Amino acid sequence: ERGASGGREKGTVFTSDIISTVEFNHTGELLATGDKGGRVVIFQREQESKHQPHRRGEYNVYSTFQSHEPEFDYLKSLEIEEKINKIRWLPQHNAAYFLLSTNDKTVKLWKVSERDKRPEGYNLKDEDGRLRDPSMITTLRVPVLRPMDLMVEATPRRVFANAHTYHINSISVNSDYETYMSADDLRINLWNFEITNQSFNIVDIKPANMEELTEVITAAEFHPHHCNTFVYSSSKGTIRLCDMRASALCDRHAKFFEEPEDPSNRSFFSEIISSISDVKFSHSGRYIMTRDYLTVKVWDLNMENRPIETYQVHDYLRSKLCSLYENDCIFDKFECVWNGSDSVIMTGSYNNFFRMFDRNTKRDVTLEASRENSKPRAILKPRKVCVGGKRRKDEISVDSLDFSKKILHTAWHPSENIIAVAATNNLYIFQDKVN
Amino acid sequence: MGEEEGLHQTQLLDTMFVRGLKRKCFDGEEDIEGTLAGIKAIPSYNLQRQSLLDMSLVKLQLCHMLVEPNLCRSVLIANTVRQIQEEMTQDGTWQMINTQSTGQTSLDRLVSTDILCRSSREQAEGKQVPGYSNFNKDFEDDQTQDSSETMSTASSVQAPRNLQSNVWEMENPQENRGNFQKSLDQIFETLENKSPNSVEDLFSEVDNSYYDLDTMLTGMMSNTKMGHCDGLETFSSPTTTTSNSNCKSDLNELDHIVEILVES
Repeated sequence: ERGASGGREKGTVFTSDIISTVEFNHTGELLATGDKGGRVVIFQREQESKHQPHRRGEYNVYSTFQSHEPEFDYLKSLEIEEKINKIRWLPQHNAAYFLLSTNDKTVKLWKVSERDKRPEGYNLKDEDGRLRDPSMITTLRVPVLRPMDLMVEATPRRVFANAHTYHINSISVNSDYETYMSADDLRINLWNFEITNQSFNIVDIKPANMEELTEVITAAEFHPHHCNTFVYSSSKGTIRLCDMRASALCDRHAKFFEEPEDPSNRSFFSEIISSISDVKFSHSGRYIMTRDYLTVKVWDLNMENRPIETYQVHDYLRSKLCSLYENDCIFDKFECVWNGSDSVIMTGSYNNFFRMFDRNTKRDVTLEASRENSKPRAILKPRKVCVGGKRRKDEISVDSLDFSKKILHTAWHPSENIIAVAATNNLYIFQDKVN
Repeated sequence: MGEEEGLHQTQLLDTMFVRGLKRKCFDGEEDIEGTLAGIKAIPSYNLQRQSLLDMSLVKLQLCHMLVEPNLCRSVLIANTVRQIQEEMTQDGTWQMINTQSTGQTSLDRLVSTDILCRSSREQAEGKQVPGYSNFNKDFEDDQTQDSSETMSTASSVQAPRNLQSNVWEMENPQENRGNFQKSLDQIFETLENKSPNSVEDLFSEVDNSYYDLDTMLTGMMSNTKMGHCDGLETFSSPTTTTSNSNCKSDLNELDHIVEILVES
């Protein structure tokens, strides 16, 4: 049975603290995850090997490091969580890899590099590192590099701190590769990678009187090709596209995307479910995708008054909004991703379900990320939620859904059909079946 | 997590909300009573809306007890409260709240009396009750409270840790109803006395000087906010509560309380 993206094979399951972000690098060779404990774990794809062809494309742990520690803000008597909110990779220029990771307040640039040689034959210290007595040295030698076991080390190269009063929800690397932006609930700052003690505020929606606050920034991203353009989404379901060439402070948007409200669907929860939890440019740069509580929408940059496509993720929850408000699930922030060719979009749901929508065929599929339901190398079986009436054998009823098992973070390999799905503290990597 | 109990209780509400989805979330009374005749007496639209308002207010109070509230969530809940308020003002039911006692619904309350009882406990100790919109103003005052507050502080620290499990449970409905009633009355009293835009007060103390980096960095903050606890600017917040998931912060919290006790 082929769903929107063909059969799926189970790769590997890793267990850790609750995963809070997942991101492939630009080649797809590396996959980074951040968790609630402030740790970053990077997986690397196995190279193709003649000896073990079936192991091609498996991801194994490459590096693990503690990116952020819990902090205490003494002035405000507040604890700052070490949870990694987002990771974004920089494109590769040399042998080392660079990524940005952020918690609520501080962004860090990490360098991940390999070491497989070490120098031997120092003059001033012996093999154990102990200093030699200079007066005992009678000859000089040139140290040589000798091979050693591969070691992967991560070092923090920059720390960008003290620029956010509110909680950082997004970071985005600019296509100029010299700058990046960080967005919190009310402000967006532009940074130069080389300068850590200064950032440029480009969006500020904080009202002069906080009593008038009714809207916050929920996500932001740079255009993939135009380094002057970025978008940010809001809790009122709007997206603003800004051009940094227009003015220093981009409070005036160049474009404003909003879908008119459907009056027949109006309820006290309308605004909450319209709040956008994620916004992503397509790889082509022609479209943006937004995720709100019940749907995923695709917008054409040239049409501001409504999306060109709307996909229902789990519309059966529309009748449960009061319960979901009560248990706070209605505030869950789901992310969404494009595949490499922008033809398929993917997002998560509850009960460890995730959904894929094929924009061309208009077919969609629901899959589940759980150990019980996927044996290694087996093809994932499509799932179905029964919305009333007779429940068929393999269907699950809405009331049986587990709302504590939510898939908020997923990632898609930039060019191949490999996806990473974070289910609480487990990471699933699925690949297209190799023929 | 108490989720299942809460879900069960609000299944009733869910049905209400669904039926009227086409028209502002609630349907006419007659329709509901007709189709759900088997279920116990269905509250009117007003009571359902009231229940949603209660739930939202509790959520907001919860926000203010946590250390760094999620601003997006707070804004969305506040907007919801504002919507309900506006509708109730248009209806004219807003005036009725003051005169009518609100505890007569046949629905079980969806709120944790633990949270609302906190305000009545503090009232018993002679402190001004932090009503809905007064809460924020008192939040700063709390920072400078003396040790007599530490008793309530210790218990309020306990409360958040149990929040996740207790939050939608109803304990001893009969005896707590009195306390609950008192707290709700205070909330509505303050709402009644203020202008319809009292919801904005929510953010009035979330707060300019706090978030002014210049002020923070020059250390002026510690002088203005800490009051008599100058020497203890680190440990000045009796109402600081922990994030409910982090044991380390729990321990820090207890450390702070001990410090306050010792200093006073």
